[in-house]
Amino acid sequence: MFDDFFIRALIAGLGIALVTGPLGCFVVWRRLSYFGDTLAHSALLGVTLAYSFELNIALSVFIISSLIALILIQLQKKTNLPGDALLGLLAHSSLAVGLVVIGFLTFIRFDIMGLLFGDILAVTTDDLLIIWTGGAVILLVLKLIWKPLFASTVNYELAEAEGLNPDRAKAIFTILMAAVIAISIKMVGLLLITGMLIIPAAMARNISDSPQKMVLFSIIGGLLSVLLGLFSSLEFNTSSGPSIIMASLILFILSLLNIKQSIKLKN
Amino acid sequence: MSSENSTLVKLNNAGFKQNDKWLVEGVSLTVKKGKIVTLIGPNGSGKSTTAKIALGIYKNIEGSVEKYTNKVGYVPQKISIDWTLPLRVYDFMLLTENIKDEAIDEALTLTGVIHLKNKNLGNLSGGEFQRVLIARAISKKPELLVLDEPVQGVDYTGEIALYELIKRISDTLNCGILLISHDLHTVMTATDHVVCLNGHVCCSGSPMDVAKNNEYKTLFGEQASQILSVYEHKHDHVHSDKGEIKKN
Repeated sequence: MFDDFFIRALIAGLGIALVTGPLGCFVVWRRLSYFGDTLAHSALLGVTLAYSFELNIALSVFIISSLIALILIQLQKKTNLPGDALLGLLAHSSLAVGLVVIGFLTFIRFDIMGLLFGDILAVTTDDLLIIWTGGAVILLVLKLIWKPLFASTVNYELAEAEGLNPDRAKAIFTILMAAVIAISIKMVGLLLITGMLIIPAAMARNISDSPQKMVLFSIIGGLLSVLLGLFSSLEFNTSSGPSIIMASLILFILSLLNIKQSIKLKN
Repeated sequence: MSSENSTLVKLNNAGFKQNDKWLVEGVSLTVKKGKIVTLIGPNGSGKSTTAKIALGIYKNIEGSVEKYTNKVGYVPQKISIDWTLPLRVYDFMLLTENIKDEAIDEALTLTGVIHLKNKNLGNLSGGEFQRVLIARAISKKPELLVLDEPVQGVDYTGEIALYELIKRISDTLNCGILLISHDLHTVMTATDHVVCLNGHVCCSGSPMDVAKNNEYKTLFGEQASQILSVYEHKHDHVHSDKGEIKKN
């Protein structure tokens, strides 16, 4: 019925949506969308290093993104600059370094559009293995740190006072962010990964009254976005990343209609 | 050494400095099982800071804190919750520990807010939210309860009822309580030990000892001293919500 590459892309995309759903909720709750952008931008450097040294792309992106996260934490401690300035500094300088390195790698043919916006043709069987095992590990770790992470998202001092060790949970969550970017970069592209994290979660917020529901709807929204996005990508020959994000945008707009209706009903 | 064993938290000459300014320094106090220790003092005297030192929220402190329990319930003075989170009262009750539904219902009933169980936390009034905070802290059946102005924003009759609840909890759970309050009337009747702060420990001891202390008198004025002596008599009754008298 479908070509092999499309089946692979579907399996990959659905695996990614399962992970970005819950993680995206925390990105929205903790106001980390620009932090996600910074990690994603630095991923380009990771990709170029992977090509230069013939490393696995996901692994290389994971290492570079984690490194950038660590540098950010150090800069926050050592300077008085506001957080958004530091994030901008890291995002754009790592993106610039990545682009310059690409300039030097003239011996490799680069599909820069594929890197930025995702490419369903690029998903291999190995990628599926990385996405599903990596995704399973990410979800498992998130489940283990859920209590302290969620409690400190609501209120840091309560979590700390009642012995939950929120600092450790925050550090682990940062690594999970790097990991989710690493596994989804090929599919969604580095410019649009944060959208994949935020938009389904934002959609879910509009129709949820409890954190558990928001996570569930965020996952469902992500899965639907991937399905809709990939089929339209195949149909209209568009890049996979933008197609998925557009699908999630449509779901978001539908969730807004839902709010308007419920407000009207109340009045 | 039973007295040593019943110690829940002990501050030894503890202090905390922020931006080269001491918020509080040289505080020594001990909270034991079944005892209520109350911190009093003017605004900015370091009461909340002392509570946060005891809880281990502040890390780089002078002196030392010895904490002998991990079962802690905390009602902070200020709480900034991000209301973009979809959070019901029920979800909030489970925030730091998985508590059985019966225990949640019991605590919410005790503080009089069981009807709000499925309401969104962001839609509560200040007083209602305060009652939820207290319910959350006691539902864990903690060994140490730290209450920072727990009844702020609660109506007057509710205030008295909640203080009585706190006293009762201290008796039934045999937990130690570190209480911060500006309300000298209510506090003094139930407290075992008072620490009067003003950037440092002004004076401490039983409520009566503190009331007679000259430093206390200069800090709170002669009137405050008289308030305390009024409470030297024992109460033999309490008032219900409707103002009826109930014998103890």
